[in-house]
Amino acid sequence: MHPAYSVIFFTTASGAGYGLLILAAIFAVSGLMPAATWLGFVTTGLALGLIAGGLLSSTFHLGHPERAWRALSQWRSSWLSREGVLAILTFVPAGLFAIGWVFLGTTTGFFGWMGALAAVLAVATVISTSMIYASLITIRQWNNGIVPVAYMVLGLMSGALLLEAVTRLFGVHGPHVDVLAIVLLAAGWVVKLAYWHSVDTGRSKTTLASATGLGRFGSVRLLEQPHTEENFLMQEMGYVVARKHAQRLRAIAQLTLFVVPLAATIAALFVASGLAMVLALVAVASLAVGLLTERWLFFAEAKHDCMVYYGR
Amino acid sequence: MTSLPSHPPAKRLGLAIDLDTCVGCHACATNCKEWNTGAISAPLTDVNAYQAEQRGVWFNRVYTYEVGGEGPDARTVHFPKNCLHCETPACVTVCPTGASYKRSEDGIVLVDHDKCIGCKLCSWACSYGNREYDEHVGVMKKCTLCVDKIYNKNLPEEDRVPACVAACPSKARHFGDFNDPNSTVSKLTRERGGYDLAPETGYQPTSKYLPPRVGKRGPAAPAAAPAPALAGAGRFLKWVDRVLTR
Repeated sequence: MHPAYSVIFFTTASGAGYGLLILAAIFAVSGLMPAATWLGFVTTGLALGLIAGGLLSSTFHLGHPERAWRALSQWRSSWLSREGVLAILTFVPAGLFAIGWVFLGTTTGFFGWMGALAAVLAVATVISTSMIYASLITIRQWNNGIVPVAYMVLGLMSGALLLEAVTRLFGVHGPHVDVLAIVLLAAGWVVKLAYWHSVDTGRSKTTLASATGLGRFGSVRLLEQPHTEENFLMQEMGYVVARKHAQRLRAIAQLTLFVVPLAATIAALFVASGLAMVLALVAVASLAVGLLTERWLFFAEAKHDCMVYYGR
Repeated sequence: MTSLPSHPPAKRLGLAIDLDTCVGCHACATNCKEWNTGAISAPLTDVNAYQAEQRGVWFNRVYTYEVGGEGPDARTVHFPKNCLHCETPACVTVCPTGASYKRSEDGIVLVDHDKCIGCKLCSWACSYGNREYDEHVGVMKKCTLCVDKIYNKNLPEEDRVPACVAACPSKARHFGDFNDPNSTVSKLTRERGGYDLAPETGYQPTSKYLPPRVGKRGPAAPAAAPAPALAGAGRFLKWVDRVLTR
């Protein structure tokens, strides 16, 4: 599938933003993060900024961005619509939670409940995002139970690494953040390895023989395609660049998404706080490269079943 | 609403496409483009229409396949493909805006171009590659089964068929109501073993394909007897031979 940059940025940035929102809400509500103004401002501002920036970016690939509001209407049947509705709903408790933390210096009581509600809605939003892809039976690399797990775990993992950087910046860092980050990094790595193994060993149920119904007469081979140049379908569904370099790109994704952040996070445990801060930022920078590579591959490695008609 | 109609449509309009008689002339595709670039889906735009890397919106495309390997049983099958107007189309249910819908009266799957945001998700959900994005207009377009032609009272009754059906010179395309057991499409599907493309999708296409007939293929015809040699014939006889051979 064609990897639209706006969608790659959207899913990675908003995923990280929701991950940070979920973890920050849990920590702040349970008292593991102090209800300090600037800490709250940076944490919630970063989370909501990533979410809003991602959502805004997602409208750039639309043919008619000015009609995007219409996408909120079909939540009964469409995962894309559900995602839009949940994303906007999440802003309400998340905004109240942020106001309580930043302006009123409280993350308990009503504002605590708002934080908890924001976390629950954020989980639902990330799952909805992943289900847009996982519900498409036409693309076997997406129609896979590991996809929602990977979106959720990578979002939380990104949030944990951002939380490492923020808590170290404000000197409120504690071992619970490290444990969480390391566990989530390991979990993310396992999930992605499982995903790649799954897509490498799976096969699509749809073949040229079944798609044309001509398999009953023996082998089926494309003799002539309907047109000589690439059309919309071939450009959108038949993206081939990634498959050529898939193994190398997967190695880069693993290095930047898991190996470097893990090494930096663990090393930060043994150094002075200034250097630890630098290492936390290195982990975040590497994470950004890794996420973009991983998400680019997620699109580019996916092949749509309709390409069998073109003998691809 | 992009939920599917709660009751099965009263009529199930669709096509029965005969792979036995299709000659691969692309007349259906051409007439489709001609009608629809002036009808409710207008315009069907082209990009780089008169230069390299041209592409454009076509609702109907004709593929050609080689079937049965390369031996004596090999055959060439021309394979026209356009929207199958499925009974349970995921292209409709994934639509976030309500632009895609399936009509409850006749089962035709349409796009409301005024509501479409151009997210392309419907084209991702279609297993058959039958939706095409119009990048100039920024909306998704698709086969309408010529909904603006088949009900058009300004046309003589015999012309109220989809443009692709009207154009086909080998009667490989039949249009009708699959809910009516006496319709041509229902009869042909029964008699010829009409089948669904990629039934594993579960989308339940309305339109059916009629398989190529197996045909009677005896042993290969004997080679023609060699022409008697003209060796020894004089110039006159050679001239007679030339004249008579003409």
